[in-house]
Amino acid sequence: MEHVTFLVIVVIITALVFDFTNGFHDTANAMATSIATGALSPRWAVAISGALNLVGAFLSVEVAKTISGGIVDDHLVSPAMVFAGLVGAIVWNLLTWLVGLPSSSSHALFGGLIGAVWFSAGSSGVHFDTVAEKILIPAVAAPFVAGFVATTATYLVYRITGRSRGTTVREGFRLGQIASASLVSLAHGTNDAQKTMGVITLTLISAGALDKGSDPPVWVIAAAGLAIALGTFIGGWRIIRTMGTGITEIESPQGFAAESGSTAVILASSHLGFALSTTQVCSGAILGSGLGRRLSEVRWGVAGRMAVAWLLTVPAAATAGALTASVATHGNIGVLVAAIVAVAVIAGIYAASRRDPVGASNVTEAPRQPSERLSAAA
Amino acid sequence: MDIKWGSLGQVFVVSLGVTVAVVVIFSLGVLAASARQVALERGRPAAVPSAAAALCFGACAVIVLYGIYLIVPQFH
Repeated sequence: MEHVTFLVIVVIITALVFDFTNGFHDTANAMATSIATGALSPRWAVAISGALNLVGAFLSVEVAKTISGGIVDDHLVSPAMVFAGLVGAIVWNLLTWLVGLPSSSSHALFGGLIGAVWFSAGSSGVHFDTVAEKILIPAVAAPFVAGFVATTATYLVYRITGRSRGTTVREGFRLGQIASASLVSLAHGTNDAQKTMGVITLTLISAGALDKGSDPPVWVIAAAGLAIALGTFIGGWRIIRTMGTGITEIESPQGFAAESGSTAVILASSHLGFALSTTQVCSGAILGSGLGRRLSEVRWGVAGRMAVAWLLTVPAAATAGALTASVATHGNIGVLVAAIVAVAVIAGIYAASRRDPVGASNVTEAPRQPSERLSAAA
Repeated sequence: MDIKWGSLGQVFVVSLGVTVAVVVIFSLGVLAASARQVALERGRPAAVPSAAAALCFGACAVIVLYGIYLIVPQFH
């Protein structure tokens, strides 16, 4: 174990913390609508989602070849920068969780890395073309694609079942929702746990503890799977509340339409070579399901704040990543100082969240923001 | 910059097609299940709506299995 330095250990721990916030942040994608419509109780929803994330982590072992996927010059990325990038992503994930907004964890990680590399190696280390191609365009496209699909699906569902008996309809679509929500959770586990495995494995390779091109060791797979599953199980209730009750009031046929649409878009995008962010797909689909049902109300204020959070994700995580890099690139002492500051920031965000706690018991109550119900969609 | 409009268009068309198919089949299943209950309550034969519901939900189960097949890399 002589290759495993202090820095490597810190990077591994930070990567697992990021993985935890990733699961924590993204439970809402799969489960928010199921919880909102009563298809699953809040506790059951996060338990199922957590278990499927764990299973998904073990199913996917195809590790990423590069940490950033070409968004930054990977030759310039040192373990200290990976650490800084992860810290930037964690801080942004927790801040958006505090205000209850869904945002893409992968975009936060990319943002953190961009900031760290930009600070240490200058703007030439960042491939802005790839940033536009892999982050900007998909971020704009995802909500439109998913939104249109879900609007169409919702319209059809109500058109077909409009005159059937209410209880059968409600129960039927609740069961259907459970299936589609489970698929989203499984897909999430196979995709997102793999990112953390990739970060840890590449760090171990660069430290010389693993041979080039190694598969992730079993303990890395298990640790990454457990971290994301635990995060999912703890449940980012604040984001679940926003997606389940904040954007629009969801009935079970809408929930089914939104989740079927999300599942189809996520699977199509990962198999047809145009990667879309799960978070943006799911949020767009929920919005679409609000537009597809007559008389339902879409809260555009909430949707607008979400869009702002998406636009800010990369710059904000990049700023946090660059700040961390400015300290962390000064040897072990720098890494230690940065780690202590990061833990303090995390503790502060957690303390702030306790002033208005959201948990399994009050997650289906709409947030108290009457001023945002300004516009109603017909 | 190389934006893959073709792939994006493909994702859009495929996911729209699949979603519409799933949602329509499942909704018809729910419609049939509702008709079945009404028939049972009124003491009328319910074989046709039962069979229709089973067919629709069966088709949806197959689509779910295909989804699992797509997600799990070991199956490829």
